Formats: sequence, C-alpha cells, structure tokens
Amino acid sequence: MLTNTTSEQGNTLPPAIDLRKINKSFGPVHANKDVDLVVAKGTIHGIIGENGAGKSTLMSILYGFYEADSGEILVNGKLSSIKSSKEAINAGIGMVHQHFMLIENFTVLENVMLGAELNGFLKESKLSARQELTRLSDEFGLAVDPDAITGELAVGLQQRVEILKALYRGAEILILDEPTGVLTPQEVKQLFDILNALRARGVSVMLITHKLQEILAITDEVTVMRAGTMVASRETAKTNKEELAELMVGRKVLLQVDKEAAQPKNVLLQANNLTLKDGSGVTRLDDVSLQVHAGEIVGIAGVSGNGQTELLDVLSGIMPVQQGSIDLNGTTIDKRNVLNAKDFRHLSLGHVAEDRHRQGMVTSFSARECAIMGFQDEPEFNGKILMDNAAVTKHCEALMEEFDVRPANPHLKAANFSGGNQQKLCIAREIERKPEVLLVGQPTRGVDIGAIEFIHQQIVQLRDAGSAVLVVSVELEEVMSLCDRIIVMFEGRIVGEMPASEADAQTLGLLMGNAGSDKDDNGQVNAKGES
Amino acid sequence: MSNKTLPAWIDIGVIPLINVCLAFIVSGFVILLIGENPIEAVQYIITGAFGYGEGVGYTLYYTTNFIFTGLAVSVAFHAGLFNIGGEGQAYIGGLGVGLMCMSLDSFMPWWALLPFAIAAGAAFGAAWAFIPAYLQAYRGSHIVITTIMFNFIASALMVYLLVNILIEPGNMAPQTRSIVESATLPSMQELFAALGMDIENSPLNISLFLALACCVLVWLLMWHTRLGYAIRMIGFNENAAVYSGINTKRVIVITMCISGGMSAMVGINEVMGAQERVLLDFVAGAGFTGIAVSLMGRNHPVGIVIASLLFGALYQGGAELSFEISTITRDLVVVIQGLVILFCGALSLMLKPTIEKLFVKLMSSNKPKENANV
Amino acid sequence: MKRQLLMLTAAVAIAQSAVAADLKPAVVFDMGGKFDKSFNQGVYEGVERFKKETGVKYREFEVTNPSQREQAIRKMAQRKANPVLAIGFAQATALEKVAKDFPDTKFSIIDAVVKLPNVQSIVFKEQEGSFLVGMLAAMKSETKAVSFVGGMDIPLIRRFNCGYAQGAKYAVKDVKVISNMTGSTPSAWNDPVKGGELARSQFDRGSDVVFAAAGGTGIGVYQAAKDAGKFAIGVDSNQNHIHPGTMLTSMVKAVDVAAFNTFNGVKEDSWKPGFNVLGLAEGGVDWAYDEHNKPLITAEMKAAVDQAKADIISGKIVVHDYMSDNKCPSL
Repeated sequence: MLTNTTSEQGNTLPPAIDLRKINKSFGPVHANKDVDLVVAKGTIHGIIGENGAGKSTLMSILYGFYEADSGEILVNGKLSSIKSSKEAINAGIGMVHQHFMLIENFTVLENVMLGAELNGFLKESKLSARQELTRLSDEFGLAVDPDAITGELAVGLQQRVEILKALYRGAEILILDEPTGVLTPQEVKQLFDILNALRARGVSVMLITHKLQEILAITDEVTVMRAGTMVASRETAKTNKEELAELMVGRKVLLQVDKEAAQPKNVLLQANNLTLKDGSGVTRLDDVSLQVHAGEIVGIAGVSGNGQTELLDVLSGIMPVQQGSIDLNGTTIDKRNVLNAKDFRHLSLGHVAEDRHRQGMVTSFSARECAIMGFQDEPEFNGKILMDNAAVTKHCEALMEEFDVRPANPHLKAANFSGGNQQKLCIAREIERKPEVLLVGQPTRGVDIGAIEFIHQQIVQLRDAGSAVLVVSVELEEVMSLCDRIIVMFEGRIVGEMPASEADAQTLGLLMGNAGSDKDDNGQVNAKGES
Repeated sequence: MSNKTLPAWIDIGVIPLINVCLAFIVSGFVILLIGENPIEAVQYIITGAFGYGEGVGYTLYYTTNFIFTGLAVSVAFHAGLFNIGGEGQAYIGGLGVGLMCMSLDSFMPWWALLPFAIAAGAAFGAAWAFIPAYLQAYRGSHIVITTIMFNFIASALMVYLLVNILIEPGNMAPQTRSIVESATLPSMQELFAALGMDIENSPLNISLFLALACCVLVWLLMWHTRLGYAIRMIGFNENAAVYSGINTKRVIVITMCISGGMSAMVGINEVMGAQERVLLDFVAGAGFTGIAVSLMGRNHPVGIVIASLLFGALYQGGAELSFEISTITRDLVVVIQGLVILFCGALSLMLKPTIEKLFVKLMSSNKPKENANV
Repeated sequence: MKRQLLMLTAAVAIAQSAVAADLKPAVVFDMGGKFDKSFNQGVYEGVERFKKETGVKYREFEVTNPSQREQAIRKMAQRKANPVLAIGFAQATALEKVAKDFPDTKFSIIDAVVKLPNVQSIVFKEQEGSFLVGMLAAMKSETKAVSFVGGMDIPLIRRFNCGYAQGAKYAVKDVKVISNMTGSTPSAWNDPVKGGELARSQFDRGSDVVFAAAGGTGIGVYQAAKDAGKFAIGVDSNQNHIHPGTMLTSMVKAVDVAAFNTFNGVKEDSWKPGFNVLGLAEGGVDWAYDEHNKPLITAEMKAAVDQAKADIISGKIVVHDYMSDNKCPSL
C-alpha cells in the first residue's frame, strides 16, 4: 500500500498531503481534472492560478465541503475519506477562509473555543481554552488578547484569531485562502513571520493566492493551476515571477502598464471638504478635498474600509452629499442640489463600481440587462411604453464585441460569466459613452491576469482621449503602475498625496497604515500587534 | 454559488410534479388513517374538479381568483416585497367595485360599467396597499407586519360598513343589496347560451378573461417595461438599483400599489360576477392562497396560471371530496391543501439535490453509450 | 299569525302536489362549521338525535367560502335529498336561487326568511328570550350594572343585546348595561381568551352579571365570571351545568329542536312551508331553570320573569326587534 514517492528532502517521512488523481465536476464544468498534489511536511506550499482555475474547489475537497468524484486523499500517508469539515479537523487540517468565519461580538476566547467546547458548561471550557491559548500564543508568537471583542480588532489580528482557531483544534496542516487581500503591507509581513514560525515547528502550510510576489517571498514550493489541472510544480528558489505568470496564463504577460506620461489639463472633478457620517454616526469621510484633471489618472490607495467606498458613492450620486460639495463638469452638487446616480451620468460621469456583485451588476439578470444599468431610461432603449428589447440586445452585442467579453451571448445570466468577463462588461458599459469623468473602484478585483492587462489599457486609452479618471484600488502595485498621481486615505481622511513616479511601496504602505513619518504616535498604536 | 446544471424542463416541470405527487402520497396515508380509500378519494377530487361541467366551472372560478392574487403577490415579490396583504386589498378592492356598481348599475349595462368598476376596485386596492408601502419605503416599517395588520383592519372596517351602513334594509345578513342584473358580469353559461351552447351553471364568469389578460399585462410590465426592469432590479439587488439611478422608494410604493390593485380584481370576479353584491368575507382566503400560488408558479405568469389551476382544482375537488365522503371533513381537505403547499412551496427545493445527482448520473451513463454507438 | 296561516294554506296545496319521495334528509352547515360550539353545533346535535332515534342517515356539508353555499345546496337537491336544511341567514340568497330551480324539493332554512312555496323559514325571537334573562340579570345585580359579550358584531347578535338591555331596564329602571363585541371576523365565535378579558374589564367597570352570546368565546366569559365570583348567563343550549353557582341561567334557543323537527316533520308528513317564527309562545326560546341554578333564583325573581313571559306571549309587553329597524331604544 505504501507507494509514496519519497519527498525531495530525501527522508522517509510521508508527505503531509498527497492528493492523487482528484476529479470534480459541476455538471458540464470540469473544475478539477486528475489533480495530483504533494505537500511535504513542515513546508509552505503555494498554490497559484487565475480565478476559476480550480484552486478553491481543490481546497474545498480537502476541507470536506465537496466530495471528489474520484481520486484519493492521503493525509500523513494514510488514505483518508474527508466528507465534512469535522472529519477534516479530525485529520488535522485547518482552514483560514478569505472571509473570516468569526462572530464579531464574541471575545477572542469565545471564538476560538466555539464548536470545540468540552461539555455543556462553559466555565471549564473557558479555563482550559485560556491555558491552551496562552501556550499557542507563546509557542508561535501569536499574541492576541483573549478577552478582546473580536469585531473591534484590526483585520490582521482577526486573521490571527482564525489561525489560533485552527491550531486550537489540533491542526498540523493549515490552508490559507487568499490571506493577504485585506492586509496592509506591514500586516502581511507579520503574517509571514507567523507562517515562518509555524513552519519551524513542523506545521505544513498551503497558501492559496494569485499574488506572485507573496509566493516568491515565503513559499518553499509552488504549484500552478490552470483550467482545473496542475500545470507545473516548482521549487520556489528555482523560479521567477515571469515564469510563474506565464504558467498561470499560458502566455507571456505584461505586468507593467504601458503608458505615456500624463498631460493634465483643466479640472473636471473636484471634491470640496466632503464629510459623511453613516447611520450610526461614525464619520466615514472626514473633510476630503481632491481634484482630478482631464487627461490624468488619480489613484486612491488605502486598506479597504478607510472611506474609499463612501467616497466613490458620494462622487457618483449613490449617497447624497451631507457636508461639502462636488464640482462635476461645471455643475455644483451639494446639500441643496441633490442629484441621483442617473443625474450624475447625465453630467458625463461613468462609474465602475468597486464591488460588481453588490452594485455594478445584477448577477441574476442576463448580460443584456446588465449592459444598460444606469441607462435604462435612455430613449435609445425605449419605445413609447415598452422597452425596445431588440435595441438592448444589440447594444450588449456591440459592447461584447468591442471589449471581447466571452462568451459573447447577451442572453446568458451574468452570474455565469467569469469575474474578468463580468468586469469587462461593466467597464464596457461605463466607458462606451466616453464619459468625461470616470470613477473606477477596484478595476481588477477577482479578474485574471489576461483581463487585467486589457482593462488597464482601456482606462489609459480613455485618459489619453482627455477624460479624468479616479481609480480606487487596494492593490498597491496596480495603483502605482496605472495611476499618474496617488492619494492615500486612512480612516476617511486624505493622509498623503504624491506623483506615482515618486511613490514606492514602503512609503505608501506606511501611509496606508497611518504610520507615516509625520504621524508616528498614531502609527505606534496601530502597529501594536508587532510585539 | 450552487452550480445549476438541470435543464429548465426538469426544474419547472418535473420537480413540481414530483412534489405534487409526494403531497398526494402523504395525503393518501392520512386518508388511510381515518379508514377511507385514498384511491377513491383522489378519484373524487379529480372528477369533482374536471369531470363534469359544473365542476370545471367552479374550478375555473376559483382559478380566476387565484390568478389575480397570485399575480399580485408575484409583482411585489419581484421587488423583494412580501405582500401578505392580498386578502385585505382584495376585500377593500371589492368594496370599491361594489360601490361603483351600486351607484351606476341602474344607468349602465355591464360592459359600460366594467371599466369604471375595474378602476374603482384597483384604486381602492391600491390605496389599501399604499399605506404599508409608504411606511416600508419611507419609514422602514416591515411590510410583512404592516400588510398582515392591514388585513385585520380591512376585515374590521368591512364588518362595520356592512353591519351599520351598507346593509340592505330588512336583510338578516350583513350584505349589500344585489347589483341590478343587467350590470353584473355575464356568467359563462349566459355567454355560451348566447353562442348557442348549453353548459352547466357555475359562478364562473367573464372575469376569467380579465385574469388571463392581466397575466399578459404583468408579463409585459415585468419583462418589457422600464418599470418592470426597475422592479426586478430592486428585488435582486437594491444597491445596484441605487447605482443605476433608480428611485427605489418610489418604485417600491408603485409596485405595492400595482400589487394591491391586482388583488382587488378578485372583487370584479366576486362582487360584480359571482355574488353580485358585497358580502362578508367574500375573499375567503384567496389572498393567502395567492402567496402559495405565486411561490409555486415561480412568480411567472405562466407558472401562476398553472398553479392557480392546481389550487382551483384542489378547492373544488376538495369540496367534492368532503361532499361525497362525509368522514373526510373540510378540515381534512385543508390538510391536503396544506400538504400540497408544504411540498410545493416550503419544501420545493428538498428534492433538487437528489434529482440533480440522479440526472447527472443518467447523463454520464448515457454519454459513453452514445459515443460507443458513434 | 294571520299572515302565517294564509301562507300555510297556500303552501299546503303545493306540498300535497309534490311527489312523495324517499326520506333523504340533508343539511348544509355554514362557515362556522358543525363544531362551532354554538349555532351550527346545535343543529348538528338535533340532526344527530334524529339519526339515532329514526335510524335514517343524512347527508351533510360544511361550506368554507361563500360560493360553496349555493353549490352545496344545489348539489344536495340534485342528489334528490329531501328535505334540505340550510343553516344561517347567510345561506338565504343561495337557497332562494336553488329553491326556484327545484320546486319539488323541500327546503328549510334556520335564521332567515325565504319567501318561496317550497321553503320553510325558521326564525327565532331571540329578543324575547334575551329580555327574560336581562330581567334576571338586573334583579340579581347588586352593583346595578350588567353586561353583555357578543361574538361577531352582526345584526343577529345585536338583537340579543338589544333584548337583553330592554329586559334589564324593564326590571330595574336605572340599571347600567355594558356591551362589548368580541370581534369582527368569524374567529370571534371561538376566542375564549378574549371573551375572558372582555368579561374581566366589564367586571372592573362595575358589572356583576354577564350574558355571553358568543359561541365558543362564551366558555372564557363563564370562567372569568367564576374566577371573579360574579354571575354569568349561557346561551343557545342550557349551559347551567357548566359552573353551577356561577351560571345564573341560560337563554335557550332551541335550534336543535328546530332541526330535529324539520327532518321529523318530513318523515311524518307534517312539514309545512312558510314562516315558522319561534318565540316564547312557540317554545323556540326560553330561559333555563333547573337544579343547577335553583339556589340562585329567588321566588320573587322567578315570579317576575314568569309574569313577563306571560305578558310577552299575550302581547302585553312588546319586545323591540333590533333587526326590524337596526336600532335599539334601550342602548
């Protein structure tokens, strides 16, 4: 029975995870095709691939959410059948999800022991959980206050709680799904320190990501997935960014945006002292003023949740202006002159929403219906009483052709398009009218590398045609390469501004964590997790 | 993000059919339990509903009501609103129909009166739905709660009006005078008699055609107008609607008014057609049945017609059943109806994964064979 | 009486011409259902007694919506049921239509009047019985306040209320009469919790005798009276046995007798179409006096009520009928 391939270190230990010929189909979609994967004990193993390459499906099979149609799973050399997450936990597998599975108003301690209590009474459980938590914290350098309310912790600390949860349940194999998407560069560094500590103590880590840099920074081995199959396995030390990117996409890609220097002209969009409080009175925008000129791309960098969403909503008319004003193309919008999103569009503003599933499209609609969102009242789509459905379909077909949306079927449900094609459709809809001002939130969130290139080109083209573009992105690399000028937001305020040519990741990262040189006091408080 | 792999005909054809069958099987056990023959009972239901002229008439008469209320619920549902108030809106709408008919019936024949009656009913029903809608859109009161409460208010108001004001003098029952014969809607037997055909008596009247016309109108509204586009967008994703510059509050209010007006058409069938007067409780649960009809019909006019027919048949067949077998009381008929609603509504997705698996297995076992043949 | 006689003679002629059929009695209950602890149930008990005593089975149907009334009555007639007994004023319209189409079938309706040669209309003078129990209530009251809990707010129940108030004021001129209706939907017939609450609030307002004309809701009223040490008056059937010592009396409305007599009348060929108004004189309504409430009724109370009863029968006292003009002079 023991037919293990000996691991590269040459010792006789069986690998932590050995997947053999895993197959999984969802109807006609073959999400995993004969996938083989070996993860050696005590290593960090990266899995990269585009969206929809089958990474998440594979991890879901390993963690018991799905059952494979065929194939074998060997954990520590033993053939295992994992049919539920409970069995996965029993086999020593822990998972940290991209979206945390934490109860925000529980304390850290309560979250860690939830579902793993000793018995019906909490007192004993709490006592032993606290001891165990202290031990884990000391051993792996995972300091978290067990009595803090989870929801009040910084995102990086919440992630630690997730890791602690897995370790508390005895995990020796840890799966991390896109762990760095929500973290500041400093927090990423701390996470990597933790992962190194885990590896040193024999824990095996599987890191799923689409960020090449992280793979190169931390992993020992890397496996590339494409279209449901394993296309390559490399020792991290022996590969580079370009090779991995090519393996992922299947062709060479340009990682740098190819553009001329900007030639800013007159101001088309100007925000004057915008301040916004949400329903519970928390200040979301704090005295924000900015200008965007014709012919330039301004990028807003920041960790998500620091007011970027609200800024886009106010600048596009989704939320009314509470304090301050907006000058858009010669029209002033303030508390007395309230306009809705449609009116803003009539002032030649395009808006690619940050979260297309929340705002930018309706996933249950067909593509053709999504293609007229915001323009549903335009005369070209309407007859006297009824809508001109033929015109709507034709419009969608035209957009699909121009922006290479695949499959080019206007009647297909929006949810059935891949993330990249959904985004292309959204961008097509907004750019097609050549708006003088374009707001773009997260231009490439959940978009595969091939499409990123295309989307960036489109945005640059619009700039070169004389439009003003405001980009909000949490991807630092994207902001730096796409934009001409960068503004950094923190807690609803603008905390820094610089030309993209002068920006580097270190400076921006410090500003995003509000640890810039002029604000060191605050910075210390916010970086407290380091000790 | 479940992967939908089933073709549409299984999703909207086979699965509901299996659900109905399951409901009947469970009902069969209940009937066995009280010592009657379930096969016989099913026969009574089917022949009672479709076996002879009068039965068909009653089935279609109930169907008419359910189409109206089912459409009403579906319109609101497309905007993500759960309108439980169909009962009250139909009741008040019927009042509007009755008042209009009684004030004009001595001057006009039915065909001249009908547009006025429809307008009055729709206005009353819409007004009754407007208040909860306004409270939902602008004040945040939950529409489920307010519409339920408005059912009670409607009921109390109608009792007050019928007992104290609208009652026909000298009549024992709290009901209005009857509408002049020439102003009531022609029943099907009258219509067919005019065509030279003789069919059995039933309360079925030309409102059925109005109901079918409403189906077409709702279909056009939902999938071929800007308003329908806005309504559906709000239902799927309100944030996206705001993003698209839709005034969601206004659309919510308009949607509820359409829904209320549609419920009120029950008043045309009942007040102007079947009962020829306003009387207590003439809606008789049609508003609530509309919820089940809409759920089962997947909020689509075609589905609603089919589901209405099923419920119409259950009502009529059920009455027949309790008429023929005295041990099967009307309460047991309600149990059978409830089981159908349970299996087709609440548990409608229960069998889906199983059938999905079966289907996939069937397909994959068929494919190699096909290949071998080629 | 004169009119009644006229109708009788006219009807007898037609009845005799009718073809004698096998006895296949049928009853159509109304929306309350045959177990409504009230009116429909009274009918049910009457026809059950008929079945037990004669061995003749009957057909039955309980309607669940207004359209089924005509459907059920028509179906009974089509199946050659004879007589067909319709229950409740709400069935009058439906019965009228069907009776015209089936002139050879005998129809009876309780609580409503349908003027057709093959229909027997049975109505009760609830106001007369209510008058008597109203007198008893007023005489028993120490607080000079009595009260009434009605079921669903419909003219028929207001007729009870009006008779009750008249009787109370006839016995004690300045007595206060408090009235409440349980609700406006049919569920008001079966809401004992709300009935109890209404009774308690009436006690708080000074009443110490309560009359419930509210079907199943009455059970809660009686319980509240017992708990509070007050008196209660039953309705429809003799309910004195429910809480002896609390139940002052019951306003008996002999629905069961009327139902029994309808079937039995056809069986013994004594069924006649036309009006059948059952008041005190005909024994259709009365007050209940038995061993359960004997200790509560003093001799003078009994004498006064018996005197009034005789006066009503003789026409010396005229009890106003609310439904004649939808008004009540005593309320």
